Amino acid sequence: MTDIAFHITDIAENSLRAGAGNIAVGLALEGTRLLLSVADDGCGMDRETAARAVHPFCTSRTSRRVGLGLPFLFQNAALSGGSAALRSAPGRGTTVTARFMTDHPDCLPAGDLAETLMQLVTGTPAANIVLRLACDGRSSVLRSADLTDALGGLPLGLPETATAIRNLIAHQLDSVFGDRLRTFRPSPFFLTTFCYFSGEMLCYSHNK
Amino acid sequence: MAKVTSLDELRKIRERLLSDMKIRENSNHPEDLPQIKVSMGTCGIAAGAKEVMSRFIAELDVRGTEAVVTQTGCMGRCDAEPTVEITLPGGEPVLFGDVTPDRVPEIIDRYILRGEPVEGILPNRPQTAMPL
Repeated sequence: MTDIAFHITDIAENSLRAGAGNIAVGLALEGTRLLLSVADDGCGMDRETAARAVHPFCTSRTSRRVGLGLPFLFQNAALSGGSAALRSAPGRGTTVTARFMTDHPDCLPAGDLAETLMQLVTGTPAANIVLRLACDGRSSVLRSADLTDALGGLPLGLPETATAIRNLIAHQLDSVFGDRLRTFRPSPFFLTTFCYFSGEMLCYSHNK
Repeated sequence: MAKVTSLDELRKIRERLLSDMKIRENSNHPEDLPQIKVSMGTCGIAAGAKEVMSRFIAELDVRGTEAVVTQTGCMGRCDAEPTVEITLPGGEPVLFGDVTPDRVPEIIDRYILRGEPVEGILPNRPQTAMPL
């Protein structure tokens, strides 16, 4: 997974496979911490299954033996200096949360969030999608049910409606986040530390 | 398309779309439109299915072709991702494999608009024999 937007698509797909009728996707930026959450009301997992779910060789599918979505999310969150968690209960759904430290050099870029969230909202007519965005006291909530109502029953997946919804989501993202999600900059601490150790390695290999 | 910044503007777009007779006839029967399902499992995403879905929406929009584009989970053909299942009105679902964004215009122009078969159609997996 090369950006955070890919994870949103991937984890939401897990929710759909679990039979979720409602999926809430949350994106919140607090300082340099980006909090991603995907909560569903699908079939959920018992404690043992939930513990195994983050292993790469655990999957509910029968056509193959690997399930890499959750392991990749946990790995990428950890690589950025953050963490991820999964809570689930049978019959009550699953909530996956991930914290990315955006000032870490190894933090994934956010990706094309407008396109990703549009694809999720318009491409999954079987579920109600709720997008909750928050940053520095600004917030926004967008529901696929409201979009369906505004379009008077027209399918959200028509090319023109999908393009219009993408524009609407892009506007919401700009209103809440500005350009904070477009570029993640490593903090001076990380840059200094990286340069120091890189210099040490160069000197060591030169004097060897 | 003008910038859409609110639900009210989305409602105006609906009015404009409904002025097109074709949309009005099919709006109550979306099954009468071509259905395009893009496989969006982890394998599909890693292979570039998101770009394929975006390309379908963009190319259909440019042509003014009505079709419903949705995403689905892994359809089991991880070896041929990105895969796209297309169901034409009144037809059976057909699965296309190795669909790159560059192949999307051809699939739309030849298969969706003219019903001509194109390369990359994946055959159904053979059924195993019933045990005696």
